[in-house]
Amino acid sequence: MKDDLMTTPDLGDLTCKEVVELVTDYLEGALPPDMRRRFDQHLTGCDPCVVYVDQMRQTIATLGKLPEESVPPNVLDTLLEHFRRWPRERD
Amino acid sequence: MLSPPTPPAVTAGLELPPLAVPTTSPQADDDAELVDGLKRRVEAAFVTLLERYQGQLLRLALVYCRTRDIAEEIVQDTWLAVIQGIDRFEGRASFKTWLFQILVNRARTRAVREGRTLSFSSLADEAKTPGEPAVPPERFRAADDLWPNNWALPPHSWGESSDARLLATETMDLVNRAIAQLPPAQQQVITLRDVEGFTSEDVCNVLEISETNQRVLLHRARSRVRAALEAHFDER
Repeated sequence: MKDDLMTTPDLGDLTCKEVVELVTDYLEGALPPDMRRRFDQHLTGCDPCVVYVDQMRQTIATLGKLPEESVPPNVLDTLLEHFRRWPRERD
Repeated sequence: MLSPPTPPAVTAGLELPPLAVPTTSPQADDDAELVDGLKRRVEAAFVTLLERYQGQLLRLALVYCRTRDIAEEIVQDTWLAVIQGIDRFEGRASFKTWLFQILVNRARTRAVREGRTLSFSSLADEAKTPGEPAVPPERFRAADDLWPNNWALPPHSWGESSDARLLATETMDLVNRAIAQLPPAQQQVITLRDVEGFTSEDVCNVLEISETNQRVLLHRARSRVRAALEAHFDER
C-alpha cells in the first residue's frame, strides 16, 4: 500500500488520466469555466499533475526557443535582384 | 508621479518611419506600413520583411520537404509571388497570414508533385482519427484500483536547473528530432503555434483548419515532444 497516497486530498472528479488529455485545452484557455474549475481543483490536490502541467509549459517554452533557420545570402541576393528589376507600375 | 509610457504616434498614411526599426521581435502590427512601402517599391521595406520572415518561412517549408535545397527554393518562390501579388493584396487577412498561405500552397503543390500527396491530404482527417494517448496507459493505476486512473508512475520534476538543461544544444537537437518524427499535420501545427509563436487564430487561417482540430493536433504534438524530453531527462 502506498502511504503517500493515503493523505491525498480531494482530487475532484477528474482522474490524472483525464487531466493529461485536457492539459492543452487548459493551457490554451479553451476549457469551459466549469471544466476549468474541476481541472484547477484536481491540481490543488495532485502534485504529479502539477509537475505534468509544468513540464508541458516548459516544453512549449523550449519549442519557442529553437534557433531560427536562416536562408543563405545567395538566395536573398537573388530576391533583391528580382526586386530591383520589378517594374514600378503594372500597366 | 509616474505615468505610463506614451504610445508611439500613429503615422499610417504619412511617410514611412525610419526603417532602422529593430526586427528582433517581429510584430505583425507594423507590417502594414512595410506593406505600404513594398507597394511603393521601397527596397528597405522589402528587406525588412525579408529579414523578419525568411527564417520562419524556411522552417515551415522544411516540414513539407526534407531537402534544404527544395525548401529554400519554396521560400524564394514565395517571395517572388509576394512581389508579383502585392499590388493586389488588399489587407483583408494580415500580411503574415497571406504570406504563409502562399508558402503552404506552394509547398503542398510541390509535395503533390513529388508523390507525397497522401501525407498532406487533410489536416482535418488526421485530427479526426483517434490518436495515441498523451501518456501510455500503463503509467496509470487500473480502473478497479483504489485510486483508479491516477498516476502509478508519476512524472519527476525536471528540477531547478531545468531551464539551462532545456536550452542546451543537445536538448534543442532532441526537440527538433522529436518534431521531425511527428505526423505531417502535427508538425505543421506545432511549428506555427509553438516554434514560430503564431496565435491559434493565425494557425487556423494559414492551415485552413478549425480551432478544435488545431488544438487536437497541437495536443498530440506537444504531448509527444514532452514525452521525448522526459525520456531524455530521466535517462541522465
